[in-house]
Amino acid sequence: MRLSFTLAFSLALATSGQAQTWEETLAEARGQTVYWHAWGGDVRTNDFIAWASGQLDARHGVKIEQAKLADTAEAVQRVVAEKAAGQDSGGAVDMIWINGPNFLAMKEAGLLHGPFLQTLPNARYLDLTPGAAAVTDFTVPTEGYSAPWRLAKFVLTYDSARVAEPPANVEDLAAWAAANPGRFTHPAVSNFMGATFLKQALVELAPDRAALAQPVTDDSFATVTAPLWSWYDALRPNLWRAGETYPENESVLATMLNDGAVDFAMAFDPGAAAALVERGLLPESVRSYAPRGGSLGNISYVAIPYNAANRAGALVVADFLMDPTTQAHAQNIQVLGAFSVLDAAKLDDAARAAFAALPTAPALPTLEALGATLSEPHPSWMVRLEAEWAARYLK
Amino acid sequence: MMRTIVLSLVALFVLAPTLAGLWETLRAAVGVLPALGYRQPSVEPWRMLAGLPGVWTSVRLTLTTGFAATILSLGLASGLAALIWARWGLRAGGRLLAPLLAVPHAALAIGLAFLIAPSGWIARLLSPGLTGWQTPPDWATVQDPAGGALILGLVLKETAFLTLVMLAALGQLPVNRHLAAARALGWGTAQAWALVIWPQLYPMIRLPVLVVLSYSLSVVDVALILGPGTPPTLAVAMLRWFSSPDLSMMLPASAAALALAGIVLVSVMAWIGVEKVLRLIARRALGFGPRLTGGRWVSAGFGVAGLGLVLIVIGAGLAVLVWSFSFRWGFPDALPTQFTLSGWQSGAGWSALGQTLLVGVPATAISLGLAALWLEAEDRRAKGPFAIEILIYLPLLVPQVAFLFGLNVVALRHGMSGGLIAVIWAHAIFVLPYAMIALAGPWRRLDPELLRAGAALGAGPWRRFFTLKLPLLLRPLLVAAAVGLSVSVAQYLPTLFLGAGRVATLTTEAVALASGADRRLTAVHAILQMLVPMAGFALAAAIPGVIYHNRRGMRGGGAA
Repeated sequence: MRLSFTLAFSLALATSGQAQTWEETLAEARGQTVYWHAWGGDVRTNDFIAWASGQLDARHGVKIEQAKLADTAEAVQRVVAEKAAGQDSGGAVDMIWINGPNFLAMKEAGLLHGPFLQTLPNARYLDLTPGAAAVTDFTVPTEGYSAPWRLAKFVLTYDSARVAEPPANVEDLAAWAAANPGRFTHPAVSNFMGATFLKQALVELAPDRAALAQPVTDDSFATVTAPLWSWYDALRPNLWRAGETYPENESVLATMLNDGAVDFAMAFDPGAAAALVERGLLPESVRSYAPRGGSLGNISYVAIPYNAANRAGALVVADFLMDPTTQAHAQNIQVLGAFSVLDAAKLDDAARAAFAALPTAPALPTLEALGATLSEPHPSWMVRLEAEWAARYLK
Repeated sequence: MMRTIVLSLVALFVLAPTLAGLWETLRAAVGVLPALGYRQPSVEPWRMLAGLPGVWTSVRLTLTTGFAATILSLGLASGLAALIWARWGLRAGGRLLAPLLAVPHAALAIGLAFLIAPSGWIARLLSPGLTGWQTPPDWATVQDPAGGALILGLVLKETAFLTLVMLAALGQLPVNRHLAAARALGWGTAQAWALVIWPQLYPMIRLPVLVVLSYSLSVVDVALILGPGTPPTLAVAMLRWFSSPDLSMMLPASAAALALAGIVLVSVMAWIGVEKVLRLIARRALGFGPRLTGGRWVSAGFGVAGLGLVLIVIGAGLAVLVWSFSFRWGFPDALPTQFTLSGWQSGAGWSALGQTLLVGVPATAISLGLAALWLEAEDRRAKGPFAIEILIYLPLLVPQVAFLFGLNVVALRHGMSGGLIAVIWAHAIFVLPYAMIALAGPWRRLDPELLRAGAALGAGPWRRFFTLKLPLLLRPLLVAAAVGLSVSVAQYLPTLFLGAGRVATLTTEAVALASGADRRLTAVHAILQMLVPMAGFALAAAIPGVIYHNRRGMRGGGAA
């Protein structure tokens, strides 16, 4: 591991000598259309990407075409299929919004271009020290193979017209569900959001959180997840439809909250509920909050496949996404409500003022109310957790 | 000469890709996937598949929903075809059913979900007045573990399809004479239909029934919207495994694709086997001259069921229409409390419409051209249909999932994946068989005297083709084009696999949005998805009247 890290670094240094300058990249990128494969289930994200395309077209002559995915793995799949067919250049995927297991899988299979993060001018606003949040994806060092673009954090959303006092942690949640059977559920665990809910519970209940930062072993899995399963066994009979079926994803769950079929929804984006209220898709009375002991958070990244047809354009897009003005625009609740990935200490006064001037909304939690950010477990935990959950509860 | 060209075109265009796709899937299913470093054949994919949680439930669900949908549709269609034949006649009956047939599966599934879900329109209309519900009941009326909603969704469409096919076949039987003879023997109408007409009708509609069976066993889009999720049917489970972040899951996914093809094959053979047994038993029983009673109740039952299906379809259509204009629509309000045009004003639906036409129109044109050339080559051979015509229908009988992954690998290898061309091509593979079904009958019934007269006046084969056949067959050609367009509009998996996410048609968008938070936008896509084929059929009906406004004999066209 250490060896490969050093190797990657020296390679990065070695290649940077002959690599093109940023001006050359910009020149090459002009006129390119970047096919950005990104989850398409959130209209605001889609609109933000369309906005970015307009801005980039005006500044650098680069356009973005969003390939709206139902699941990020579709893009990974695509690159694998291309490699299978020997298409090592001119690939269909220029950039992927990627995280955790998908990133790890692609990086290990040699399907990513990089390291490139250090070559982007706006990387100077990031905290690049090893282990910092902006260069660590689900505990895995990104080593320059991906660039951060938005901060995600787990929140629960409830309808304050029906629930007066929401449970403050997952143990209280089980008690609340026992008192209100059929009124709570989570997305299927095969879905990213469902798995995140399970991980949130795992982190809250784990007797030893340090083990979660390491790759999973049979021993650590058995001991660390034991409290999780007994908690879940108690919760499951009180879930919507007695836990025999689950909504497909967080969007379907939000629809169910809107219909009153359940009293809670969840998101990996503190601004998600406020955004749905604005579009009439949730009642005005919903509120979002993070569990009292803190909630899982991570940074979303973009990566570039090794065979991307429009690599220069993708680099320009990745850089644009980290621009302080772009980040402030993204954090605007009326736009995306996604918190910034930049290191506040490295920003200049103008950038800081832009962040301070952003508006707020009732369904939007304040930064203080969001509390501490808990680290994601190593990706191997998520894979193992999903498999174990399926083996226990799917028949 | 022409024959060789046409045959090789079809072989190259339809057969080769289907087989090559199957081959690539097969390779992966036995563990050969060089891109991931698997080079040695092994049984590993199958071992993995058998060990996946819920896989056996998925198989069971696939079989129960597939057979239930097929048997119910066939039964309902048999009764409805008889009722429609008696009440409205063939032509009017066809006109009645064609719009329903034009509605894509996914759009109807979305409408049905909007209608019958626990928070659906029916529950909203009845609540809280009749039910006392302030929040939706915790019932499983869609995505139920047994697949009931999925079966209903399939039955709605397949009943319409089979009824239409039966009506067409009835036109070739001397129904009135049979009925009169049966009545003279003292049989009631219902009994005559069941014991005299149906046994003659069934062999004529067997292929469409098997297509329905194959489709119902392997359907993806309807199952995503209406079917259970934990675990889903095998086709949906397979799609999930293909898109798992764990890339090695592609091995069991390929095995599942092959297993599904096997399930379809075995099911078709089992169906044919049961058919044979039933025929033996029925022949025996008929020899005794049985008397059936309760015919009146049976036809009343079919009448009610038919009315029920029509009401559900109308309700589903209205539900998506209302949702497309809703801003706030909380439960249990019967109607939205606030309306908006924003769903229609957002560009999303319209750009998907553009992409749909960009794919559908060329795919239809190519398929129609090929079908016409095929039939023309057949005419010039003057020995009746080619024996290998059945190969054109291969893509309908082999489940899409079994060869689409492989087809994608093939397309990539030739550098044509990830774009419009690949999607148009994949669509055309599925449009061609339907264009043939729609065109072959009228083409072969074309009055040979007219052509002979043309030849006698000195017109060569090409001149006869362009100046006699095509104008005479204008209406069937247009109907075939409308059928082709509606088939293209409805394609989900081919668009998804070969489009590389770059081709977003109404269907792929509608299915993706159906699992999103915005019912308004879902509804807009579903409505546009319904309108495109309907517009196609309307044009097909109107154009001959406009072009031949001064030629009465041509307006009816060569038997549509």
